[in-house]
Amino acid sequence: MQPGLYHILFLSAALFFIGVYGFLTRRNLITMLMSIELILNSVNLNFIAFNKYLWPNQMDGLFFTLFIIAIAAAEAAVAIAIIINLYRSHNSIDVENAEDLKY
Amino acid sequence: MNEFFTLMKSELVVTAIIFLLLFIKISKGIQHSSLLSLIQVLLLINFIAGFFFNKSGGLFGDMYQTSPLIVFQKNILSLAVYLISLLCTDWLKKTEHLPEFFMLMLSALLGMFFMISSGNLLIFYLSLELASIPVAAMANFDLSKKRSSEGAMKMILSSAFSSGILLFGISLIYGITGTLSFAAIPQLLDGSTLQIMAFIFLLSAFAFKLSIVPFHLWTADVYEGSPIATTSFLSVVSKGAIAFVLMTALYKVFAPMQDVWYTMLVILAIITMVIGNLFAIRQQNIKRFLAFSSIAQVGFILVGISSGSEIGITAVVYFVLIYTFSNLAAFGVAAVIAEQTGKENIDDYKGLYKTNPFLCWILALALFSLAGIPPTAGFFGKLFLITAGATKGSYTFITIAALNMIISLYYYLRVIRAAFMDKNDNPISTIKLNASVKLAMIICGAGILLVGLLSWVYDYIHSLSL
Repeated sequence: MQPGLYHILFLSAALFFIGVYGFLTRRNLITMLMSIELILNSVNLNFIAFNKYLWPNQMDGLFFTLFIIAIAAAEAAVAIAIIINLYRSHNSIDVENAEDLKY
Repeated sequence: MNEFFTLMKSELVVTAIIFLLLFIKISKGIQHSSLLSLIQVLLLINFIAGFFFNKSGGLFGDMYQTSPLIVFQKNILSLAVYLISLLCTDWLKKTEHLPEFFMLMLSALLGMFFMISSGNLLIFYLSLELASIPVAAMANFDLSKKRSSEGAMKMILSSAFSSGILLFGISLIYGITGTLSFAAIPQLLDGSTLQIMAFIFLLSAFAFKLSIVPFHLWTADVYEGSPIATTSFLSVVSKGAIAFVLMTALYKVFAPMQDVWYTMLVILAIITMVIGNLFAIRQQNIKRFLAFSSIAQVGFILVGISSGSEIGITAVVYFVLIYTFSNLAAFGVAAVIAEQTGKENIDDYKGLYKTNPFLCWILALALFSLAGIPPTAGFFGKLFLITAGATKGSYTFITIAALNMIISLYYYLRVIRAAFMDKNDNPISTIKLNASVKLAMIICGAGILLVGLLSWVYDYIHSLSL
């Protein structure tokens, strides 16, 4: 059996929700960042699958994927810089320890 | 080629200023204090340049669009950035890395300009990221403060998460329609379940950025932790820009699904106003207080957006203009007091009138305008928003919005009572105001009083939005 659009969409939806679950349950900042990368990669899969199976004669989806990869790198760079700074002041990268600001 | 320069002039001016700051940073030829005045002059030039050569048109195959209304929206944002650079003079003078701070701020502004002008989902996503990543770096600008880095961490994680959700929605839209252009999508939408799901993803990402309840949890923490220049930028410029884009997205791209998004906006507006107001009542820190008050104001903006017509566009743009003046005045007073005395609690403001009558009057004007009491402009802004919301004929919704204005009076007046009437044995000592801070406060005060009373401002915006 050849993998079709449905298989890839199932995979990407599963990746997306694994990413959301990880973001909401993990307490380590780096792991949370990795969960966000999972979400972005599921979107990449979506775009490429739609482009290949539904709209094969245009390139919009592929270009979007390239831009997402680039922006994800920029976002991760800023996020890691912030996390390093947080580590310097809190001596931990656990979100439970960053609790000065509360209701 | 000539068209390129006239249509994109707002973006080009901002880019030129960013590069100029970069060269200044490298050369190190200018003294710190004169550098701030130079930046303020450049931002003023940026604001004034917005009034010339306004044309409509599109570039790059309509990926970039502009019209007089869009240029007017950009001018509001430029004005807000100029006022922030004046109001936060005290804090900016102490900052070691002044050019970097403005490079980040102007990059975010550039992103917002492109976002307002975007005519394609790709450029919309890119500019949204350009508008949100530098703000997270700005939130961390008090490098040594624990709270600043905590706020920045919350900001970058929630904004990255929300852009992930936005992207998933965009990918579904691309799968459904096969196009990314704003002009082509509406003809291909018919309100099927998958389209509604994609729309919900997009709307929740907007709700994150606009801090609509239930996506508001990062707002108060980021506002309290960040330096006050960043806080005022976030609460005025970023909110305004996203509100404008949300209008474009709903009115142009999702026009065929108006029934769907009207119901969603009504529900979101009601819970945003109620939760924002109820949490604002119990806040002690002035920044947190203003954060929740700005959440409640976003609820009112949603009331205006829900109308789905030109009246809604006019009311929202007009309200954002007024909100710029009133919120910046309130933040300006808070910034001066926090920077010179280190006090941020509402209780510390007791007896402020005895020692600092000018600051106190500006604060009172700003809070009256935020609460919507005539003759301040805030009253007219709220009036037009609610009128726009009422065009749909759902009077229960409008009544709830009006009742929320009464709740909000309670907490705004609580601050004013503390400042004017409560006695305090140890009030904040008399603060010497910088000339530029005073100028900005007078501009804000004049804006609060005049924008409402001069009816041509509203008529002008209305003529642009037709």
